[in-house]
Amino acid sequence: MKPAARKKIIQVIGFLALRAAMFLVLAILLLFLYDIGKKGGGVISWEFLSQAPRRGMTEGGIFPAIFGTFLVTVITAVLSVPLGMCAAIYLNEYAKQTGLTRLIRLSIRNLSGVPSIVYGLFGVILFVNVLRFGTSVLSAGLTLGLMTLPWTITASEEALKTIPNAYREGALALGATKWQMIRTNVLPYAVPGMLTGTVLGLARAAGETAPILFTGAAFYLPFLPKSLGDQFMALPYHLYIMATQHHAILQVRPLAYGTALVLIVLVLGMNMTAVVVRYRLRRKQR
Amino acid sequence: MSSAETASKIQARNLDFYYGDVRALKNVTIDCYDRKVTAIIGPSGCGKSTFIRTLNRMNDVIAGTRVEGTILLDGKDINAPDVDVVELRRRVGMVFQKPNPFPKSIFDNIAYGLRINGLRDRRKLEETVERSLRGAALWEEVKDRLDENAFALSGGQQQRLCIARSLAVEPEVILFDEPCSAIDPIATAKVEDLIEDLKKSYTVVIVTHNMQQAARVSDFTAFMMLGELVEFDVTEKIFTNPANKLTEDYVTGRFG
Repeated sequence: MKPAARKKIIQVIGFLALRAAMFLVLAILLLFLYDIGKKGGGVISWEFLSQAPRRGMTEGGIFPAIFGTFLVTVITAVLSVPLGMCAAIYLNEYAKQTGLTRLIRLSIRNLSGVPSIVYGLFGVILFVNVLRFGTSVLSAGLTLGLMTLPWTITASEEALKTIPNAYREGALALGATKWQMIRTNVLPYAVPGMLTGTVLGLARAAGETAPILFTGAAFYLPFLPKSLGDQFMALPYHLYIMATQHHAILQVRPLAYGTALVLIVLVLGMNMTAVVVRYRLRRKQR
Repeated sequence: MSSAETASKIQARNLDFYYGDVRALKNVTIDCYDRKVTAIIGPSGCGKSTFIRTLNRMNDVIAGTRVEGTILLDGKDINAPDVDVVELRRRVGMVFQKPNPFPKSIFDNIAYGLRINGLRDRRKLEETVERSLRGAALWEEVKDRLDENAFALSGGQQQRLCIARSLAVEPEVILFDEPCSAIDPIATAKVEDLIEDLKKSYTVVIVTHNMQQAARVSDFTAFMMLGELVEFDVTEKIFTNPANKLTEDYVTGRFG
C-alpha cells in the first residue's frame, strides 16, 4: 500500500474511533433518560408536583421535596457564589504568585475531590453543633455551600484566566486603578464564564444526598419549612428513601422513578439556564 | 549633541532593571525631548521594550521585577514613593505591539479612559471621542459606526483606535512599543504619518525593529544591545555617521 493511502486510512480509522466513543457515551445517557422517563413519566401529574406525600408516602406528590431542594439550593448559592467569585478574583488578580498562593490553590483543587459525605460530617460538627444552627435547611445549605466553593472558585478562576492580559494592560496604561481595571475591563467579560461554572456546581449540589443527610433533610414532613431553622424534605434524599428505605418499596417504585425524573429535569433546567444566561450576556457585549 | 534648544521631558539616568536575577537593563541613560520623537532600536532581547515599559511603570505588574537608577519626568522621579502610578500612566500613555482594542464599541473604547476618570457628561464625551479619533486620523473612517464593536475594524484601524484611546486622556508623553509589527505596510505608513503629526503636541518614544522606520519618524535614536545603551544621538548622525562601530554595523545591516 502506498504511504499516502495508508496515512489516509489511519486517519479515517482514528476519526471513526473518536466518533464511536462519542456516540457510545450519548447512547448510554439517552438510554438512561429513556428508562427513567418511561418508568417515571406515568406518575407525573399536577397533583404529583403540587401535593405532599400521603399514606406513608405511598400516595400523593413530592412538592415538599421540590420546595426543599429549591430552598436549600438558594442558600447554597447565597454562600457559595459571592464568596467563590471574590476568592477567585483575589487569587487570580491580586495575590502574588508565591508558594503560599500555590499551596492555597492546590488545597482548593484537593477540596473539590473530597467525598461529599465528609462535607456532611463536617457540616454536622460546624453548623449543627458548634454554631448551633441545628439540623435545619440553613445547616444543610451552608454545608452544600462549602462543598461547592472549590468548584465555584476553580471555575471562576478559569474564566478570569481566559481574559487576555492585553485588556488589563490596556486599561492600566490609560490610568485605571487596579480595581477599576478589574471592574470595568475584566469582570464584565469573565462573569458569563464564572456564572456557567457556578451554576453547574449548584446543579450538582442540588442532587447531593450525603451532605444534607445529617444536617437538615427529613425522612418525611407533612409541612413546608417555615424558617431557616426547620428541617426540610429534598428530592435526592426522598429518592433515596423511596428506592431503598421504604416499607413498601415495590409499591412506590413508580413514585421513585417520578422523583428521579423531576430531579433530572430540575438539574437539566439549571444547566440550560446557565447556557442561556451565558449566551445572553455574551450577545449583549457584542 | 545638538539638543540644547529643546527641553528634556524624560531623563533616564543609570537605569538598571532586573527580572528576578536577570539584569535586562544595564546602566542606561537616555533623554527624551519634548515634542520630539525618540526611537529605540536594537536586536531582539536588547531591552528596548523593557526600557520603554519602565517609563510608565508598566513593569510594576510583572512579579519579581526591580528597577534601579532614576527616571525623571519633568524633573520629578517617577519611582519616588509619593508618585501616584495611576496619574503617571495617565500622563504617559502607551500603545502596545499588538492592537488591543477592548471588546466594546468604538465609542466606548475611546471614552474608556475618560469614564474611569469620572467624566459622565455625554456631550463632553462625544466631543473628546471625535477629537481623539480625528487626532488619530480615524474619524472619517468610523464616524458613521461609532456603536460598532471595535473588533470589526481592520488591524491597522484597531491600532489607530488604540492611539486615539490614549490621546483621549490628554497625555503628555506617548510610548509606542513596536506599534507596527502586527499591521500591514499601508497601515504602517498611516501610523508613521500620525506619529509625525503627534510630535507637534506630544513627546513621543517609539521602540521599533524596523531601522527605516526609526530613520523616517524619529529625531533622536538610541541603539541598544544586550541591555546596554550603545549610542544615543540625533537620528541623522546615528544613521549616517555613527560614533560606535557596533552601531554602524547594525544600521548598515551587517547583523541583527
